[in-house]
Amino acid sequence: MQYPTNIEIIRVPCTGRVDILHLLKALEDGADGVYVVGCEEGDCHYLTGNLKARKRVEYVKKVLEDLAVEQERVAMYNLSAAQGPRFAEVAREFTDIVKGLGPSPFRKPAAKAA
Amino acid sequence: MKSDSNLEKVLTAGHFAVTGECGPPRSADGKIVREKAKYLKGNVDSVNVTDNQTSVVRLSSLAGSLLLQQEGLEANMQMTCRDRNRIAMQSDILGAYALGIRNLLCLSGDHQKFGDHPEAKNVFDIDSMQLIQTVKMMRDERKLISGQEMEEGTEPRLFIGAAVNPFADPFDFRVYRLAKKADAGVDFVQTQCIYNMAKFKEYMKRAHDMGLTEKVFILAGITPMKSLGMARYMKNYVPGMDVPDLIIDRIKGVEKKGQAKEGIQIAVEQIQEMKEIPGVAGVHIMAIEWEEKVPELVEQAGLLPRPQV
Amino acid sequence: MIIAERKPIEEILEMVRAFKKILIVGCKGCVTVCNAGGRKEVGILASIIRLAREKDQNPIDITEETLERQCDPEYIEQLADTANDYDAILSMACSVGPQFIGARFPEARVFPALNTEFMGGALEHGVWAEFCQGCGDCKIHLFGGFCPIARCSKSLLNGPCGGSSGGKCEISKDVDCVWHLIVEKLMNDGKLDQLTQVKPIKNWSTSRDGGPRKVVREDLKL
Repeated sequence: MQYPTNIEIIRVPCTGRVDILHLLKALEDGADGVYVVGCEEGDCHYLTGNLKARKRVEYVKKVLEDLAVEQERVAMYNLSAAQGPRFAEVAREFTDIVKGLGPSPFRKPAAKAA
Repeated sequence: MKSDSNLEKVLTAGHFAVTGECGPPRSADGKIVREKAKYLKGNVDSVNVTDNQTSVVRLSSLAGSLLLQQEGLEANMQMTCRDRNRIAMQSDILGAYALGIRNLLCLSGDHQKFGDHPEAKNVFDIDSMQLIQTVKMMRDERKLISGQEMEEGTEPRLFIGAAVNPFADPFDFRVYRLAKKADAGVDFVQTQCIYNMAKFKEYMKRAHDMGLTEKVFILAGITPMKSLGMARYMKNYVPGMDVPDLIIDRIKGVEKKGQAKEGIQIAVEQIQEMKEIPGVAGVHIMAIEWEEKVPELVEQAGLLPRPQV
Repeated sequence: MIIAERKPIEEILEMVRAFKKILIVGCKGCVTVCNAGGRKEVGILASIIRLAREKDQNPIDITEETLERQCDPEYIEQLADTANDYDAILSMACSVGPQFIGARFPEARVFPALNTEFMGGALEHGVWAEFCQGCGDCKIHLFGGFCPIARCSKSLLNGPCGGSSGGKCEISKDVDCVWHLIVEKLMNDGKLDQLTQVKPIKNWSTSRDGGPRKVVREDLKL
């Protein structure tokens, strides 16, 4: 399975574990984009974890809007754990979107110049 | 006689009363009030002057009432609970009587959210029931809320009115509210404008069964429809308004330039029907911004000449 | 509990625009329960401010703290060692907090990060509504257990008004007409007679209208 090397994967038992703070910290630490991959809606093993994750992603999108930064830098995707190829496809898709947006405006100046 | 007001005399003598309405302007131009007065003079027994209706700032009800009185009409000064505390209200009541005003309507008032100053502070120190009680106490016991007494002959002897909405929710409770206002001391009430005659007759029947038609003069609200647009607006966007489809259909069935005439015709028929309902002591005509039609409406409904009591 | 909401980000950023080093202090009381100013919310706000300042190339140093409560001097005292090290202190408690901090540390610049709104409770997870206005003279038992002062838009004691429609208040279909609820409850309980007498005029002097209030318990004073 081939997907871009610029993705850092953080595994969680359920996307319901992902908090708003995790998404914000990722951006603070220099990520140009953050995306959450959860199970298909209706298939969450913990019933509503992925629904909560979606709401938190929406919250962070709103924060980005308030800061006049592109909301597309944070996203939620839903797929089944068995969909390897789709996982790779999402990785490529999101990478392309973020590349199109350019480096994160939150990056410290030294990093931006690089 | 509680107040010697013309309205009180007409009602007490058993005549079918007619009251009108006048909305003051959104400016300091008193002439507008005097202009409107011309259409109403001789066609009604007394005229409501609204109090910052829909929470929109207008020339005050007290001033508007005085202007009407100066034109030879009798005013029904409206007072809401939204903008004034008990101190200002009692003060204005004393002032109104001193200026010759004889009828006072006690209302809750639309929330300021609906008006042009939605950021204003909300008063509602007392509610409309308590205001009715207060005016009655000032008149019959010569006392203010504080207990302060006025000397005999110096108290405000006002004829007390209120508004009722037979169609607001919960419907079953509406007659109880009328009873409560009667107990509080109201002399007359004016209803919200009526289109659903069947429902109104039901309300009147219940009021009659509770003995309320003996205690309170009930005036039925009439607003002639100017156009299909107005009819639809009232049906769909005005809370507590019940406009049956048959009214809409009747106006729809007439071409645009005939709609106003049809609206007047419907109102005339309604007035005639109202005369037959036991307990209805008169009508309250609200032809807001259409005051020029009142003479025609009143004449066609057979309400002229107004009694001189 | 006291329900508050974080101020809009633009407003908070404007408050701290000129500062390089700030303290954000949360509260484990009411604002934690209504998810407005607890430890987590302090972390989120700090992160958002840092991001915004990074973007403007004007970095800011933020320290995060959360106190047990900000409405008791003994907890505010915990900030004594460091309070004056900051250019500004952002309090995420209800508005009592920043006032207490400001009183204890008069040289500090203190800002409220929340808008304190009302006394209320949770209707469901994430939704809180106003139930009490602190009128100082509770009579809910006379109204079927509902408070008409807080929950009626016009604080009517003899409602409903003519604007009640479909069980909703005239100001919004998201607001229940509490008088509709009161009447229904008393009708169901066969206690409609409780509403036939005109409820007397309220004495507002026990409410905020009488001036700022104090409660003193002589038996508890040291």
